[in-house]
Amino acid sequence: MTSPSYSLPPLPYAYDALEPHISAQIMELHHSKHHQTYITNLNAALKTQSEAVHTADITTQVSLQQAIRFNAGGHINHSLFWQNLAPASSADAKTSAAPKLSSQIKSTWGNEEKFQKAFKAALLGIQGSGWGWLVKVETGNEQRLAIVTTKDQDPVVGKGEVPIFGVDMWEHAYYLQYLNGKAAYVENIWNVTNWKTAEERFVGTRADAFRILRASM
Amino acid sequence: MNSTLLRTTALRSALRASAPKAATRAGLAGTTFVRGKATLPDLPYDYGALEPAISGQIMELHHSKHHNTYVTSLNNFSEQLAEAKHKEDIQAQIALQPLINFHGGGHVNHTLFWENLAPTKNGGGEPPTGKLAQAINDGYGSLDAFKEKFNAALAGVQGSGWAWLVQDTQTGNVLIKTYANQDPVVGQFRPILGIDAWEHAYYLQYQNRKAEYFKAIWDVINWKAAEKRLK
Ligand SMILES: [Fe+2]
Ligand SMILES: [Fe+2]
Repeated sequence: MTSPSYSLPPLPYAYDALEPHISAQIMELHHSKHHQTYITNLNAALKTQSEAVHTADITTQVSLQQAIRFNAGGHINHSLFWQNLAPASSADAKTSAAPKLSSQIKSTWGNEEKFQKAFKAALLGIQGSGWGWLVKVETGNEQRLAIVTTKDQDPVVGKGEVPIFGVDMWEHAYYLQYLNGKAAYVENIWNVTNWKTAEERFVGTRADAFRILRASM
Repeated sequence: MNSTLLRTTALRSALRASAPKAATRAGLAGTTFVRGKATLPDLPYDYGALEPAISGQIMELHHSKHHNTYVTSLNNFSEQLAEAKHKEDIQAQIALQPLINFHGGGHVNHTLFWENLAPTKNGGGEPPTGKLAQAINDGYGSLDAFKEKFNAALAGVQGSGWAWLVQDTQTGNVLIKTYANQDPVVGQFRPILGIDAWEHAYYLQYQNRKAEYFKAIWDVINWKAAEKRLK
């Protein structure tokens, strides 16, 4: 039986390109070890699942669901995360790269500062490992922005939800540099936020945002 | 290493040290509604005493920063809870429950964890004896087989959490259970031995190689403390 096999998408910048906000050591471990492990475990689970489908082994299929959710979530989240970061000196890291999104952020939260404050509070409120996301929620012709947090590696794949950008709040994302000072990590992430990617996801469709996943198959 | 932590060498119940002390209750606005405050227990060994299994830097941050934040936050939310009770604000009381569970759990878990560890020169890593050794052998065949099962449970924690050897208060049996985040071992189960599987517990030394941390920590497990918890 063949099953899809995913591979690690290359980073769109060098490991040290986000310094001093995120160290090269963190980036290298995070990408080459953590993200790779999710992919390795996902591929293994998908292979076992494919065999279980072939042999009509329904109990094995059900027992694999949590491993698939966790490891696929890890792959999805990190793939989106790398793309929504950019070197601080690049034009992509300026909010001017996201005119339409900025305008909706302002109309939703009042101003950029209030939005960042709300986002920070959500991120720091996560109990344990998880992610914070800015998402676009589409219902019919309506669309709105929302801040959501997810636990562990639960991905943002809800109906009508388009992830705009996410921040990894697992300790491995900041600990080697920020230790227990996660508030400083959350503040510094704005320096390396890729607003160009954020704008593209905001004006695009759900399928556009997840395009990176097809590229890494 | 930090010499202020050498004050206590004997193992003692840190939980007791952090139990409510004064029974004073203030009823006036603007004063505290909390009877006693949780306090950070002293470690019964030096920060560097668990090396090479756990580095001094990890121990110092873990105890003086992470555990301390749980203590501070628990006191803060306990005070808010007492105030909400005083005002008979049920919604506020319910909203505070997850915060008490998380920060209170963080305080309880870490306090039990520090007692679960000991430098090798103080008996860390020496196998259990008596009733606990018997229970582990009965349940798992051997101590090595038990450690293997426990490490598999630790490796299986998705996200942050803990693995515990617990005693079922209904049957008396011991078993391995994992708990998410800072969920404490309460209710039907009694905590015997816990290992912190949060990344902050090992990352500075082991990075993504958590299996190495799970393997090494058995060298500094204080089985005597675990034996005392078994009923
Ligand atoms: Fe991560
Ligand atoms: Fe911890």
